[in-house]
Amino acid sequence: MTNEELQACLTGEFTNAEVKIGKQYVEILVNAEELHDAAIKLSTEPLLSFDYLFCLTGVDYPEKMQMVYHLESTKHRHTVVLKVNTADRVDPVVDTVSDVWQTAKYHEREVYDLLGVKFNKHTDLRRLFLDDSWGFPLRKDYKDEVRIVER
Amino acid sequence: MSETKEIIISSDKIHTDQYLVNMGPQHPSTHGVLRLLVRLEGEIVHHIQPHVGYIHSGIEKMCESLSYPQVIHLTDRMDYLSAHMNNEAVCLCVENALQVEVPDRVKYIRTIMDELTRLASHQLWWCVMGMDLGALTTFFYGLRDREHILDIFEETCGARMTLNYSVPGGVMFDIHPNFQKRVKEFITEFRKKLPEYDELLTGNVIFQERTNDIGYLSLEDAIAWGVTGPSGRGSGFSCDVRKHNPYSAYPLVQFEEKLDTKGDSFARYRLRIEEMHESLHIIEQLIDNIPEGDYAVKMKGVVKLPEGEFYQRVESARGEFGVYIVSDGKKNPYRVKFRSPGFSNLFALNKMAAGHKIADLVAIMSTLDLVIPDIDR
Amino acid sequence: MGFNIYDFSGMTHNMHLWFLERMSPTATTIVEWTVIGVSYMLFVALFGLFLVYAERKVCAAFQQRLGPMRVGLWGLLQTIADFIKLLMKELIMPKSADKFLYNLAPFIVMIATFLAMAVLPFAKGLQTLDFDIGIFYVTAVSSVGVIGILLAGWSSNNKYSLIGAMRSGAQILSYELSVSLSLVTIIILAGSMQLSVVVESQRDWWFLFKGHISSVIAFVIFLIAGTAETNRGPFDLAEAESELTAGFHTEYSGIKFAFFFLAEYINMFIVAAMATTVFLGGWMPLHFGQLESFNHVMDFIPPLVWFFMKVCGVIFLIMWFKWTFPRLRVDQILTLEWKYLLPINLVNILLMCLVVLTKFHL
Repeated sequence: MTNEELQACLTGEFTNAEVKIGKQYVEILVNAEELHDAAIKLSTEPLLSFDYLFCLTGVDYPEKMQMVYHLESTKHRHTVVLKVNTADRVDPVVDTVSDVWQTAKYHEREVYDLLGVKFNKHTDLRRLFLDDSWGFPLRKDYKDEVRIVER
Repeated sequence: MSETKEIIISSDKIHTDQYLVNMGPQHPSTHGVLRLLVRLEGEIVHHIQPHVGYIHSGIEKMCESLSYPQVIHLTDRMDYLSAHMNNEAVCLCVENALQVEVPDRVKYIRTIMDELTRLASHQLWWCVMGMDLGALTTFFYGLRDREHILDIFEETCGARMTLNYSVPGGVMFDIHPNFQKRVKEFITEFRKKLPEYDELLTGNVIFQERTNDIGYLSLEDAIAWGVTGPSGRGSGFSCDVRKHNPYSAYPLVQFEEKLDTKGDSFARYRLRIEEMHESLHIIEQLIDNIPEGDYAVKMKGVVKLPEGEFYQRVESARGEFGVYIVSDGKKNPYRVKFRSPGFSNLFALNKMAAGHKIADLVAIMSTLDLVIPDIDR
Repeated sequence: MGFNIYDFSGMTHNMHLWFLERMSPTATTIVEWTVIGVSYMLFVALFGLFLVYAERKVCAAFQQRLGPMRVGLWGLLQTIADFIKLLMKELIMPKSADKFLYNLAPFIVMIATFLAMAVLPFAKGLQTLDFDIGIFYVTAVSSVGVIGILLAGWSSNNKYSLIGAMRSGAQILSYELSVSLSLVTIIILAGSMQLSVVVESQRDWWFLFKGHISSVIAFVIFLIAGTAETNRGPFDLAEAESELTAGFHTEYSGIKFAFFFLAEYINMFIVAAMATTVFLGGWMPLHFGQLESFNHVMDFIPPLVWFFMKVCGVIFLIMWFKWTFPRLRVDQILTLEWKYLLPINLVNILLMCLVVLTKFHL
């Protein structure tokens, strides 16, 4: 499907979500509570069938934490970007999608490690690269006197 | 093959006749600093827990305080065997964001360098694969041939591996006058050498016994775990970015995306050898027809991307490499995320290796072709 | 002294008489033991040196490079330098290793090697012990080496070493069978287990040619099983560097490691020497039956030289295996032995019996 068709289809499927066409891909912004259902719908719906999660990112904005999921369908070869915001920047919690796309299991661990976003119902939420006592380096307000030189 | 149970390792849950062996950060066949905590029963592997982060350098954080050309310099060091492809990914992302059209000459040069890098990476993979399985002679054969490619690189851009040749808008310098001649010589010579590789390893019955039916990954698992590159194509997952989302000069060349449904180590091995043949084919199509023109477009001194998010996918030697840039209009990116192929490929290891023996674990890891700085970034 | 390069029995006899004239019989025996022991140790040291150097040069040739070239002319002194380095290394023993067994293991391996070397016929008249159960004795004592390996793996208190030792133990015990059975084939052809008799009866034809098909099969099986016995070549998973770092001798350093290292090369020599003695005629020159003139020409080369030429040829073959093939996995090694080599061996023995009974040999 082209971007416009995809946008129309998604607007029909997801009534509570904001669907727009970004610079490259269709972007769909869902509410945090509906993330898991949206994920299941996106991956199982025959016309959509987004079965390949190729990038999972966490972005730290001034007032929110955003999770960005880049999805592709191996059957129809269309791409969509699923986004979800959390209002709480201090202790963000998001539902896990690792039961829908298994690769998310370790990507979410990485996001937890570097940004501090916790994932509900994740089977093995531990730090991946860093020690348990480390802060969350990718946050914009992370300060480290020894290792980071502020210019 | 027993089904895997993802059990969290804690002392009261370990079954008494299993034991833990650490294939520690320093190990001849983990291809870098990767620690695998392997739970064994006799020789059978029950569960593997990879511990990564030994070479985590905080590249993504660093990028937030660097300008875009400086970001390119860092991408060399992640998957250092596909350095040029990483560079190209960031350059393409920046160029697409700024809506800059690069000359055809640049596209041809970038694609030729891409394929040469892919060849060099696969040669190194092949020689290390033989070495891991005990055929120590393959190490020297692969490196001997790889030297030719590295010499070509050095003549054109000054560096052998971490090329840093692409810049937003083009390439840093024009190709050396000897470039075309040397590449053509290399192609003819390497075509003669590739059958040697088949004689030494592919056709060897011991090697086939060690890799056939070892490390099976089904198509559904490959898609679910995001295993791309030859590792994914070995399971039948058609994921070649050069075919599905072509960039640079790839729309202009004819080549096949080889797939194999067998999903075992031998399939992954064979696909990489065939990819080497295809790379030679691609270079042949391009090397004689490099169009004349500029080798770079004039860009502003300070590169500032417009506000928004930009994603670029390229096919590196290991799989799909992605660059995701979130820009807020300033000269430093707001957030850069590198989708590394090794990260997704590594964590499917448990699925592939559980139920096999330690020796098979080594064979499977070789066919996955992991580069650890790519995983850790 | 009666030094005849074609027949050492005169020289040894004269030496014996010389000692007897000067000392009592007991003292003579002790002095002779010492002389023989020292000469064996010298031989092991020198030949081991030569083998290590040869391995590096042969390996380099296969890999299209030169090998050691700097230490001495063409790198000839390289191994000496290596051994000096090994002697000077600190002997680090893991803290919770079993001290007695840890120290004992290298010695057991060496002892097994020396025991096996005692019966080899180097040349006419140059054989230390000539039992009438010579072949049987060699297979028996070479099994003692397994104990050393298992002890090394266990006492190191290291999981990797233990895995390596267990694998090695299983492998060596299995391939003992193949080695013994292929030697049994030749015993049937020779009619005797005494090594000097075996060599003498190859005066007309080497056993490799005499027993044609059956001998050739036995030779091939012996080579494969012999390579597996010494943990070499495609069967070296016990010390698979890329998997277990160094297998059962991971925790050994310095002179103890040198013992294991040397023992492996001398074991390779013993396998080659047994193959030579039993299949390729030992120190017998190449004779083609009744071709008198040809045989006479062949006789010009001294038996000692013949023996070492053949041994070096077989050693080259064994080295060739190692540097060409990838490694087999442990279950594949055992499958090869139990499902393929053993049945073939048994059938071959029957075949050889038929050949001997019907006198269908050269």
